[in-house]
This record gives sequence, C-alpha cells and structure tokens, in this order.
Amino acid sequence: MSETVIDATDLRIWYGTPRGPVRAVDGVSFSVGRGEILGLVGESGCGKSTLGRGLLGLLPEGAKMDGELKFAGDDLLAMSPKERFAHRGRDLAMIFQEPLTRLNPLMRISEHFTETLRVHHPKMSPADVETRSLDVLRLIGIPPSRWRAYPHEFSGGMRQRLMIALALVLRPAFVVADEPTTALDVLVEAQIIKLLHDLRENFETSLLLITHNLGIIAEACDRVAVMYAGKIVEIGDARTVFADPQHPYTRELLRSTITLTTDGLHSIPGAPPDLVSPPSGCHFHPRCPDAMTICPLREPAMLARDGGPVHVGSNDVACWAANPAGLSDADLAPLVREELSVADEA
Amino acid sequence: MPTKPELALDPVLEVEDLKIHFALRGSGFARLLGRDTGTVRAVDGVNLDLERGEVLGLVGESGSGKTTLGRAMLGLVAATSGSIHHRPGDGSPDTDIAALRGKALRQRRTRLQMVFQDPHAALNPSMDIETAVGHPLVIHKRASGDELRARVVSALERVGLVPAEQFLSKYPSDLSGGQKQRAVIARAIILDPEVLIADEPVSMLDMSVRAKILQLMLDLKDDLGLTYVYITHDLATAKFFCDRVAIMYLGKVVEIGPTAEIFAHPRHPYTQALLKAIPDVDPNKAMPRDLPRGEIPDAARPPRGCSFHPRCPLARADCGWEPRDLKALVEEHWTRVPVADYEREHALVGGLADLDHSENRAVVKPHGGTVADLDALFDRIRTENAAEPLWQGVTSITATEDGLVFEFAPAAEVPLRPSGPTEVACVLYPPDPS
Ligand SMILES: Nc1ncnc2c1ncn2[C@@H]1O[C@H](COP(=O)(O)OP(=O)(O)OP(=O)(O)O)[C@@H](O)[C@H]1O
Ligand SMILES: Nc1ncnc2c1ncn2[C@@H]1O[C@H](COP(=O)(O)OP(=O)(O)O)[C@@H](O)[C@H]1O
Ligand code: SF4
Ligand code: SF4
Ligand SMILES: [Mg+2]
Ligand SMILES: [Mg+2]
Repeated sequence: MSETVIDATDLRIWYGTPRGPVRAVDGVSFSVGRGEILGLVGESGCGKSTLGRGLLGLLPEGAKMDGELKFAGDDLLAMSPKERFAHRGRDLAMIFQEPLTRLNPLMRISEHFTETLRVHHPKMSPADVETRSLDVLRLIGIPPSRWRAYPHEFSGGMRQRLMIALALVLRPAFVVADEPTTALDVLVEAQIIKLLHDLRENFETSLLLITHNLGIIAEACDRVAVMYAGKIVEIGDARTVFADPQHPYTRELLRSTITLTTDGLHSIPGAPPDLVSPPSGCHFHPRCPDAMTICPLREPAMLARDGGPVHVGSNDVACWAANPAGLSDADLAPLVREELSVADEA
Repeated sequence: MPTKPELALDPVLEVEDLKIHFALRGSGFARLLGRDTGTVRAVDGVNLDLERGEVLGLVGESGSGKTTLGRAMLGLVAATSGSIHHRPGDGSPDTDIAALRGKALRQRRTRLQMVFQDPHAALNPSMDIETAVGHPLVIHKRASGDELRARVVSALERVGLVPAEQFLSKYPSDLSGGQKQRAVIARAIILDPEVLIADEPVSMLDMSVRAKILQLMLDLKDDLGLTYVYITHDLATAKFFCDRVAIMYLGKVVEIGPTAEIFAHPRHPYTQALLKAIPDVDPNKAMPRDLPRGEIPDAARPPRGCSFHPRCPLARADCGWEPRDLKALVEEHWTRVPVADYEREHALVGGLADLDHSENRAVVKPHGGTVADLDALFDRIRTENAAEPLWQGVTSITATEDGLVFEFAPAAEVPLRPSGPTEVACVLYPPDPS
C-alpha cells in the first residue's frame, strides 16, 4: 500500500503520576494505509487505548505526547488545538466499547445525528441531516423507522451499530474502534466484526481495531500490530504474522489463546511490567523463553523480517533472536536469570 | 485435556422443572429498559443433574439465564417453582435448596460456593486479603485466632498466592486481576465445599492469565474432589474445561450432553450457530457469512414456540412464527430500499403496531392507501427473499374490508428429547425417519 493516512514516528505518550511518568506508549512508529484495517492487540495495560486515543487527540488531562504524528501528510502535533479539532471531528473518529455510556438517554437518535453533523456543517438543513443519516443507518442495518427512537429502545448490538453509524456519518478517513465488541455476545460480535470488515465497501475509511481477541484480528484485519509494555514488538500482514510469528511474545500469546482446537493449557510466565519502570533492554526479557545475554542490555531495533530497514507495508519485528546479525556468541548465550517468583505471577 | 472419568450416576444436585420469574412493576429501571410491567422468565423450566465429580458447563449468550440458574443452585435467588435437590457427600440429609430459608440455607451454602466473574467487585476494597479469605470461617464460626490464620495461609498456598505471608496484609488494589481471582477462589474453598459454581471466572482476565486460572481450578478439583458448574459464554474454554455442557437460550436448556459429542456433532441450530461464530485465529478460516440475524430477545416477551425461531436459519412452519416476526422482516426490508420508497411504504402500513404482538392472526390496516396496495407491498417483500423461513409459517394472507389478514401456523412444543448421546429441544430432533 503506497498511500498512508496515519504516519506515526517515535510516538511517546505518558501520564504524570506521583510515582513518576507512566510510559504507556514508549516510542512507537507505524503507518496505516488508506482503506486498511490495522488490528492492535496486547495484554491489558500495554497501552492500546492510550495509543488509540492519542492518535485522535483524545487524551485525558495530565497525559503528554511527543514524537511525530501525520494525518494525510499534515503534522497533527504541530497544529493548534483548533485546527486539530477541525480535523478530528470530520476526518478522525472513535468507536467505544460501551455504547450506552456514550449515548444520551434523553436524546432521540435523530437528535444525536443532528448534533454530530451540525458541529462540522452548521448550516445543514434538517432534511439533509435526515437523508444523510438515514443512508448511513441503512448501511449499518438500522431501519429508518427507528429514526425518532431513544437509545434504550435498542438492543446492545443495535446500540453498537448506532455508535458506528454516528462515527461514520461525517465520512471520516480514519476511525479508531476500541474493543467495540467486548461487551457483546458471540453471535452479535460476529455480526459487528463482519460489518466493520465490510465498511470499506461503502466508506473509504481506515480502521485501527483494538482488541484482546486474536481471532477477531485474524478474521477482520489486513495487518496486525502486537503491543507489549508500551511498544509495538511485531507488525505485519495478519495472515503472515499469525501463521509464522517472529516475536516470542506474539508466539506465546498465540499459544496461550484457548481455541476450539486447544488440547493443553499454555501460559506466559510472570505478568506484564509496571510502566513506570519497565525492564531494561527488551521489555519482554524477564518473561521471554528465548531471552539471551544481550536482551536486558540493549533494546532491539524494529527491522523488516529479512533484516532490512522498515518500509511501508513491510512485516517488521523488534527482537534480537529474530534479527541476530552483528551479535557475538556471548551476546547470543541464553540469559542466566533468577527463577520468577510466583508472587510475580498474574 | 482434563481427565474425563466415566461417571457412575451419583448426582450431587438435581434440578427439576425449575422456574425463576422476576416481576417487573414499572420501576424506573424497567422503564429505562423499555419494559414497563410484566414478567421476566429468567429460568423457564430447567431440568438437569449435576453429577458428583464432573464439570458441567452452562453456556449461552447474556440474558439466557445462566447466572440466575447458578445463583439458584446456591439458594441466592428464590425459585418461583420447581426444586433443587442437594445430596451431600458427607452423609448429611438430602434437602431441596429451593425450599430452604434462613439459617438452614446458610448452613447448606457452606457445601456450595460461588466464584464470580469480576474478582475486583467480589473483593471488598477496604478488607485485606487475610480478612477477606478468612471471612467465611469467621461468619460460620469455624475458626479463630491462630487456627484461622493457619487455614487462610493454607488456602492461599493452595491457590498459588505464595509466599502466603506476603499476601495476608495486601489489599485487592495491590493485586493483579489474576491474583484477585486466586484470592476469590481461596475464599470459596476455605470451608471445604463440594460444589463450586464459577460464573465466568476467566472472562475478565487476559488470555495469558486465563490458562493459569483454569489450570488452578483443574488442580483444585483433583486435589479437593470438587464438582464444578462452569458458567460461560465462551465455547472454547467450555470445550476444554467441561465434561458435559448445557447450552442455554432464553431461560431454557436447548441442548445438553457430553462435551465431545456437542462439539463434534452440534445438533441444535443455536449450538451450530455459536460454534460457527467464534472468531478463529486460524488465518485460513474465512469469516462466516451466514450468521443468525438479530439478538437474544427480551425474556419478558419471549417468542412463541421455539424461542430461537426468529433467528433460526433452519426454522420450519411449526416453529412458532408470529406477527412480530413479520414486523421485523418489514423493518429489515426498509434497510434495503431507497429512502423515498421507505417513506411511501411507511405511510401505507403506519407504524407497524398492527404487527407488534404474538397472536396467531394479525390484521394490517391500510393507513395511506388501499388493501390492494398493502397486498402488493407484502408480495414484493416476499419475492425479495422467497427462501425466508417465516413465509412457511404464514398459512394464509387474505384481503378483507378490515385490512390484510395474516394467519400463522400453530406452534409445536419443543421439549428436550433424546437424540443420540445428547438431548435437544428442537422440532428437527429426533430426525424424521422418512
Ligand atoms: N489517565 C491515566 N492516568 C495514569 N495512568 C494511566 C491513565 N490511563 C491509563 N494509564 C496507564 O497507562 C497504561 C496503558 O493503559 P491503556 O488503557 O492504554 O492500556 P490498554 O492496553 O488499553 O489496556 P486494556 O486492554 O485493559 O484496555 C496502564 O499502565 C494504565 O494503568
Ligand atoms: N433480579 C432481577 N430482576 C429482574 N430481571 C432479572 C433479574 N436478574 C436477572 N434478570 C433477567 O433475567 C434474564 C436472565 O439473566 P441472567 O441469569 O443474568 O442471564 P445470563 O447470566 O445468562 O446473562 C435477563 O433477562 C435478566 O435481565
Ligand atoms: S529481544 Fe530477547 S528477550 Fe526480547 S523477545 Fe527477542 S529474544 Fe526475547
Ligand atoms: S425448533 Fe429447531 S428448527 Fe425450529 S426454530 Fe427452533 S431451533 Fe430452529
Ligand atoms: Mg483499553
Ligand atoms: Mg451472567
């Protein structure tokens, strides 16, 4: 894919706390192509939501961000808040996990759409608001006869459809969906995943799909980024990454996932680190079964699978074992370490 | 795979025709959900035995009644009718838990314990782990002083919170999600129960932690001779963890049998759909396209006949088709036509209130047109998808002076019936010999 919508370079996001900064996103570089669905996966607390919100400029008070973030070539971090807002509403949108907390129970669906559209098109006529909204609602599977209903009159899956329609009505170029199906049942989840997957047939939208569920990524995403302790450790074509993971964390995450073919339990020892003081070198080294002497000493660079430099659309991994070029025998020796204490276990 | 012993029939709990109905009386909460009054049939005629030493899975979507059934087994929710016989393994007398109250029930509950979905909510944030885990011993006056501490330490060690001394004075906020769930499990086993009812014990945990908690539960089962009811909406963990599974839908068990059989040969169309819908990490498996439409219906207004019929791709004429299904079909049609057509058709049929009920006959009155216009509209909708199973259940469409009259076929009974090694509640089972 040659055309990119989002280009992040060495993006860092941290939260100030009395214990020191929580480095939730710790030097992340990636891009999202036009019309592409990029899945973002990783354990709880690794920084997925922070990254998703950061891309949209929706960080809470007290969070700080630096690095470079380009939207369609424009440097978002160099823009004034006002310019960024003009972009955010129209071109950047977010779909949340809990639709009910995002919809106003006292407002009809028609009013939600009117409010959303009027922010960026203050002069739009009520008839145009209705036509434009009904078009999107229809594509999302909500009948026009529900136009004047209230949020509580919808089922959980229908509310999530409403949220998706509200996010899409301004025809954004880039949407972040943060665990959009976690609160839904498996059949409804499958319906919504199918809907998100099919979006590009009707909308030219790129999507960052955040989820814990590797199965969803495999089914709905073109590419996948695996995140661990604030860093993207592996990124690439979803089929390639799942069929042949290069990073030990990706591999272990896949192995510990319980599926219909699971016939033995597998887990990753230990627990994810505290992001105030993450481990040195490769953040995964205390839990990595492949860790070597070099791993706690130097951070591995993100390189393409063939060891060459990263380029748009390449399959990349940040791991010494995957790209050992230039390391000495001593560097490559297995890491000697103390036993993990069970108290560190999750 | 956990060992799945051949079970001699020795039920520890026998659930018979259990019904749990909740009355909704126009509370603010009910109104918010759009239900003013009525009855929610959370559990609606469940029969099942829990065999000593087994892991029985209760599997289904949210609202299917799993939690209510699980809580009823502990006497935490009152049964509307039916019984839950408890046959303790320690020689104490059999009792009907559904009929127990007060002290007798609390006494009985020491044999039966629950592990909740959200370990964070299950632990009091201002109670340290020693107090929380030892709480049942104190409440039931089973231990105090040094013995209390010794038993708490031993329970913590059993669940892998070691060195236990390090955890005694910790608070829930100091623990990770997995550690909290371990503490909840320690609390559940401290009275030496024989049955653990685990309500989605791993769904709030990370993938990498789920396996650890499930492994812990398997080890405890072997070491302590426990029997489990494992409540989940996740078929993959159920397949791994359970000896038998009961698939629930809208307050009823629709299929029950040995895990291997249910997963290898799912019979009920709902079970088949659930299995197909699980997102799969296998990159070569395509996304399913033929998913059941819609969602689990409101338990206060259950469908006629088989509850699954509005979503069932295999439904027949006698599955319980009703006017509300026709309403849903018209609305679905409106998501496919241009807005102008919708507006014309909507004016013709009015708000579809004529179809918003579950009798076997409905009259749709023409609002802005004639009965012939209505007839033509429904004809168009029918030809749009002639394979739609609903039409099999419509026995006649007649144009009268009052309007267009739809008659629906009678609904068959769908009790659980044996089919091979399983039992299934579906008109298709046992299959027609012809
Ligand atoms: N407002 C905040 N103030 C301080 N720390 C925060 C804040 N929000 C998040 N964090 C911390 O930042 C880190 C990343 O959090 P984030 O919510 O981005 O993770 P996540 O990957 O989305 O997790 P989950 O899978 O649980 O949603 C965590 O350590 C979290 O505790
Ligand atoms: N205390 C209650 N009052 C009214 N309705 C309830 C109550 N508890 C559960 N329900 C309803 O009963 C049905 C089954 O709920 P539940 O047992 O929680 O199902 P599950 O655990 O399968 O999600 C749902 O419709 C739910 O809203
Ligand atoms: S760099 Fe070392 S510790 Fe990190 S994932 Fe690779 S082998 Fe494991
Ligand atoms: S009885 Fe069987 S075929 Fe009929 S609707 Fe129910 S599940 Fe489908
Ligand atoms: Mg998150
Ligand atoms: Mg429940």
